[in-house]
Amino acid sequence: MVAATRTAELHQGHEETSTHDNYLTHAHGWRSWIFSLDHKRIGIMYLCAILISLLLGGVFALVIRLHLWTPEGALVSNHTYNNLFTLHGAVMIFLFIIPGIPAALGNFVLPMQLGAKDLAFPRLNLLSFYLYCIGAVLFLGVLLASGIDTGWTLYPPYSLEGSRGLGVLLALTGTFIVGFSSILTGLNFMATVHSMRPKAMGWFDMPLFLWALFATGIIQVVATPVLGITVALGFLERLFHLGIFMPEYGGDPVLFQHFFWFYSHPAVYVMILPAMGIVSEVVSVFSRKPIFGYRFIAMSSIAIAVVGFLVWGHHMFTSGQSKWTNIIFSFLTFFVAVPSAIKVFNWLATMYKGDIRLKTPMVYVLGFFGLFGVGGLTGIFLGSLATDVALHDTYFVVAHFHFVMVGSVLTAFLAGLHYWWPKITGKMYDERWARVAAILVMVGFFITFLPQFLSGLQGMPRRYATYLPEFKPLHQLSTIGAIVLASGMFLDAWVLWVSLRRGKAAPANPWGAASLEWATPSPPTHHNFDETPPITGPYNYDVLEEVSEEAGWVRNDGWNP
Amino acid sequence: MSSHAKPSGDRRFLQVHFETMGAQLAASKSGMWLFLASELLFFGGLFTAYAVYRANHPDMYHYGQYFLDWRMGAINTAVLISSSLSAAWSVRAAQLGDTKTLKATLWLTLLLAGAFLVVKYFEYAHKIEAGYIWGGEHCVDNLKVAGKLTEHQIEHCLSALPPEVAHLPIPEHMGRFFSIYFVMTGLHGLHVLIGMALYVWLLRRAGRGDFGPKYFGPVDMVALYWHIVDMIWIFLFPLLYLIG
Repeated sequence: MVAATRTAELHQGHEETSTHDNYLTHAHGWRSWIFSLDHKRIGIMYLCAILISLLLGGVFALVIRLHLWTPEGALVSNHTYNNLFTLHGAVMIFLFIIPGIPAALGNFVLPMQLGAKDLAFPRLNLLSFYLYCIGAVLFLGVLLASGIDTGWTLYPPYSLEGSRGLGVLLALTGTFIVGFSSILTGLNFMATVHSMRPKAMGWFDMPLFLWALFATGIIQVVATPVLGITVALGFLERLFHLGIFMPEYGGDPVLFQHFFWFYSHPAVYVMILPAMGIVSEVVSVFSRKPIFGYRFIAMSSIAIAVVGFLVWGHHMFTSGQSKWTNIIFSFLTFFVAVPSAIKVFNWLATMYKGDIRLKTPMVYVLGFFGLFGVGGLTGIFLGSLATDVALHDTYFVVAHFHFVMVGSVLTAFLAGLHYWWPKITGKMYDERWARVAAILVMVGFFITFLPQFLSGLQGMPRRYATYLPEFKPLHQLSTIGAIVLASGMFLDAWVLWVSLRRGKAAPANPWGAASLEWATPSPPTHHNFDETPPITGPYNYDVLEEVSEEAGWVRNDGWNP
Repeated sequence: MSSHAKPSGDRRFLQVHFETMGAQLAASKSGMWLFLASELLFFGGLFTAYAVYRANHPDMYHYGQYFLDWRMGAINTAVLISSSLSAAWSVRAAQLGDTKTLKATLWLTLLLAGAFLVVKYFEYAHKIEAGYIWGGEHCVDNLKVAGKLTEHQIEHCLSALPPEVAHLPIPEHMGRFFSIYFVMTGLHGLHVLIGMALYVWLLRRAGRGDFGPKYFGPVDMVALYWHIVDMIWIFLFPLLYLIG
């Protein structure tokens, strides 16, 4: 393609608009979406794709939970069950939690929080969306092909045995491609934060969500390629018998575990850091107080990103690695809890004596504190060597990582979705029913996963399609919780759907937030800003005053979009 | 685009979300360096695999080195280092607006990259023909496995053995050395191919007169990429060919 033409296209895409125009009405037709270079439209396409993945992974989860209603398994064959838990994990992790907050919400919000017109590399952004879709289609291909019953971790030798064919190859390829999408997103975000910050906005004048996305970018750029080469080697091993991972040919399966967790442990910080970024925004806005300990929260994001690289061995305490290695990894695992705790204390200090407003995003964030607290504290038992040997591969682990990864990230994602919803769609949602949904989701989550700590302590192994009768009450409680959780999610989907159809028009700044994305109309114009808004600090609420429910908040220095 | 004149002159490649050409170049540079960081980690997995196997099976590497011809490797090292020089030169030429030198150095880089792959082709062809291939398919490993190789293949495998290894015991699973060799050099070769495609693209654009003192970003970025490809080879060459 000719570069000059492409530049011309870019200019065409960004043509001047009248003031009543917004990014949704700016251009029409499906082509204006799938070829759009506008970060906001790409963000929305990501959001749709990610919500579909969430629905798919959620349906798998429901079938799993319903199957476990009876000890001998109520619904599906054991083989199908193995496929279900593998795909539930793979879809939720690779297609929902990892890209969820950065690629969907981050894409939409990041340039606007910088007061910029777009990401540094709009074409790369669209490419990473396409790669995500191709990867997702390959995962769906797994369903249609022979299936995959290895667990999402794909440990060899089991996963690379000769009898396991197309399903594993498709999953490896899908992981590789989705990984590339993630690298490109992280790279784009980091370059944008680096080079497109306005002169008046120093590093420590950025909203904390940007710090979180920047730290996430570090992990995406540095850790994901290792997963890429790992699955590529797995792919070649399966086809050409390299002897790198398969003991049959002299390979070392534990090396695969090291490689895999070198990515997959930092990946949990790819999930949680953006979630923590949303919490920092929401907790400050809805407490009407500047965030407490700004620099500590910002730097703890970077600390988590760095130290998070050094703890992967705690997934392998029982793999036979040396006890000295185990001790070092155990120590570092405890160490990485420090920056996380710093954040939690700062959030609580932000709320202290604040004027707390229990809007839906804030309700989710309060739930986040509960879920993240339980998840974090139960992590201590798994980071300790003596207890981990007993708890390894039990439901205790399942409960722990669902609390930290899923519960925390899901509630923060929903908090962010409701927080930016008026900006994205230009519509308000029904606050009452959204809060009911939020409470259902969180209550359902606790009912689902608290019993799993108990069954795990009693020795219930994870990933089993059947179980001993004494675990029946706990499993049934868990299944009831899953149904409550699902009903909360569907209620929320309905609330948002109704808001789209007949929600009240949203003001530019409905919550009284001071970061720049609110200094533009809802929904934003095609170029985000008609003129660069004044930069007065992301948590400086003195410049804002509330007019009314309908008109939202305006700046008291006379500057308004 | 009807109502708007196409931006002309040096700003014709300025994308609308940047204020200045300088800001656009700075963004590309930070993006490129981040990409190179991820490339290093991508290869880093392979270097780790190399190190792990080397630590656990030094005999395998000792035996394996004799199968690689250090002269071929040395020629390719010289070729790649020269190509990095011409790549750096092309950036300078673009910055100075010296289109003639720019085209010449782009061509030179492209040709040297091609020369690298030709040498690599002869190395690969020799090994594949003799049966010195990856993992479980490696002929030395299969010499004693009844029925795995034909007599012709056994003869071929033995006749091509380097004389130095004749008195050495054959390490177990020798094919792993060649797996590592083929995967590392293969992935590197793939990067060389991609680099060549990028240089073809640059040549087309240089022919159109796109580059000059105000706009040379693509030449600069591709040269950065090319240096990293060169640098990875500079590590591969001694690790594989020299320090058995």
